[in-house]
Amino acid sequence: MIEAIDLTKFYGPIPAIRDVSFTVARGEIVGFLGPNGAGKSTTIKILTCFMPPTSGTARIDGIDCLENSLEVRRKIGYLPEIVPLYAEMTVQRFLRFCAEAKGIPPKQIKREIDRVVSLCGLSNVENRIIGHLSKGYRQRVGLAQALIGNPSVIILDEPTIGLDPAQIVEIRELIKSLAGKHTVFLSSHILPEVAQTCQRVVIINKGQIVATDTPENLTKQLQRTRQVRLMFDSSVPVEKIQDVMKDIDGVTGFSPANGDGKTWIVETDPDVEVRPALAKAVVESGLGLVEMRSIDLSLEEVFMQLVTEEVVQADESEVQS
Amino acid sequence: MRGFWAVYKKELYSFWSSPIFYVVAFVFFVLCGYFFYSDVAYYSMISFRAMQNPFMAEQLNITNMVIRPFFLDLSIVFLLLSPLLTMKLYAEERKSGTIELLLTYPISDGALVWAKFFGVVTIFLFLLVGTLPHFLILEYLTDPNWLVIAACYGGILLMGASFISLGLFTSSLTQNQIIAATLSFGALLGFWIISWMGSIVQSTTWKRFFEYLSITHHVEPFTKGLVDVRHIVYYLLFVAFFIFLTRRRIDSYRWHG
Repeated sequence: MIEAIDLTKFYGPIPAIRDVSFTVARGEIVGFLGPNGAGKSTTIKILTCFMPPTSGTARIDGIDCLENSLEVRRKIGYLPEIVPLYAEMTVQRFLRFCAEAKGIPPKQIKREIDRVVSLCGLSNVENRIIGHLSKGYRQRVGLAQALIGNPSVIILDEPTIGLDPAQIVEIRELIKSLAGKHTVFLSSHILPEVAQTCQRVVIINKGQIVATDTPENLTKQLQRTRQVRLMFDSSVPVEKIQDVMKDIDGVTGFSPANGDGKTWIVETDPDVEVRPALAKAVVESGLGLVEMRSIDLSLEEVFMQLVTEEVVQADESEVQS
Repeated sequence: MRGFWAVYKKELYSFWSSPIFYVVAFVFFVLCGYFFYSDVAYYSMISFRAMQNPFMAEQLNITNMVIRPFFLDLSIVFLLLSPLLTMKLYAEERKSGTIELLLTYPISDGALVWAKFFGVVTIFLFLLVGTLPHFLILEYLTDPNWLVIAACYGGILLMGASFISLGLFTSSLTQNQIIAATLSFGALLGFWIISWMGSIVQSTTWKRFFEYLSITHHVEPFTKGLVDVRHIVYYLLFVAFFIFLTRRRIDSYRWHG
């Protein structure tokens, strides 16, 4: 549904994005992740026909964003990063303008406004002036504006920025409910958000795509070691632990988690399931096991790894050249 | 012209809901009222004197002494006030980010520019209609030539439209409304006083050139009741030129973000 092929955009001599390519299938919710200034907004502005790329092609539903921009714009609902609203208008009047501008037939406008108003929970502020609304409500008005006219593609640039936790949950639920009916592409620099709402993640750093996969796969891929945390009822000396571990296949190392010697982190080969053997060995050794828990890499750590790895690689290539 | 009506209605709505419009309209009507009163008062004073002087009575002419000066005054009043109506057109949209909305909606760039232009033209038309009662009073007192008045309104509308097109362009140059207003005010003033250059230079060719450029010079024939295609063409070209520049400016804005 969304295709980006080798998108490059220069601001003067500075490239904002370079050879950005990815696709989003119909009905999918895809997260676009990257630190601030990575080129997320630039990519989104190209996809929404706000600005043309320096080179490369962007297509929405098979239509080229540059050649047939008006046609593309009819298919898109877009919420920019800075929610653009006419502060002097009431919510009703603003949504009416949006509906008219998007070319919705006059007879359907009223129904369409009612639909997005109830979808975004705006019924009690419908007749209030936008300038007087709280940040959370403004964000929802912005979302309502993107959803009006039932566009097949919805592009959201940092939709939950500046909202309180309760509002974030609400907006996330709303976005999740769009899956299937709409193709959703949302950018964010907040990882849990993407992990919770999106089926797939595209990670961008310094203007280049670093990874594209499901949140689970990304975590799996980057997990070179898996860690198991063991906690005992009393302090255990290093020799004793070493004694227990030496016969277990797949254990690559261990270290104390803190100074009292009660908690230990065991590092294992991710391809081997060591937990049954480990549990057995520990129990047989007679140590008082209180807790055994495997530690997964969070998406946050995956992201940090990808982003920093990129920097290391870049440094290396600079050295080589 | 997809999206023209939506934007046009939005522009009018934003004028009705903005204090700038009411302040501009208030000042406009007060000044027009004052000019009309002073023109009529002057005319009646001359009429009293003409009673003693039959030669002077022959010169008395309501068109030349009331209608014409009134419209020339009006053109200067609007020259001073029009930058305040046009300054926000693009500058405010850029400042608030709503330009991103307009440029990603299925609205053609042409429709957007023209809708904004005609929005202010409509506001100007509204201000002009507000000056009609003056002539109804004149009609009650004497017998003005309504064809001349119609020509005056036509000329002033064309001139106002060209002021607006220039203001639209300067508004697209910046995010700051004050800068937009200052630029358009300066440019309009320049287009007004450039005709004075005509009296400085010796060569008649240059004299005619400077006079031709002057935006207010072309409204004078209308105030005499002369509707000349040349002057209509001047104003239409003026508008077309600045609409063209505005569209180029928006294209460039798209490229640079």
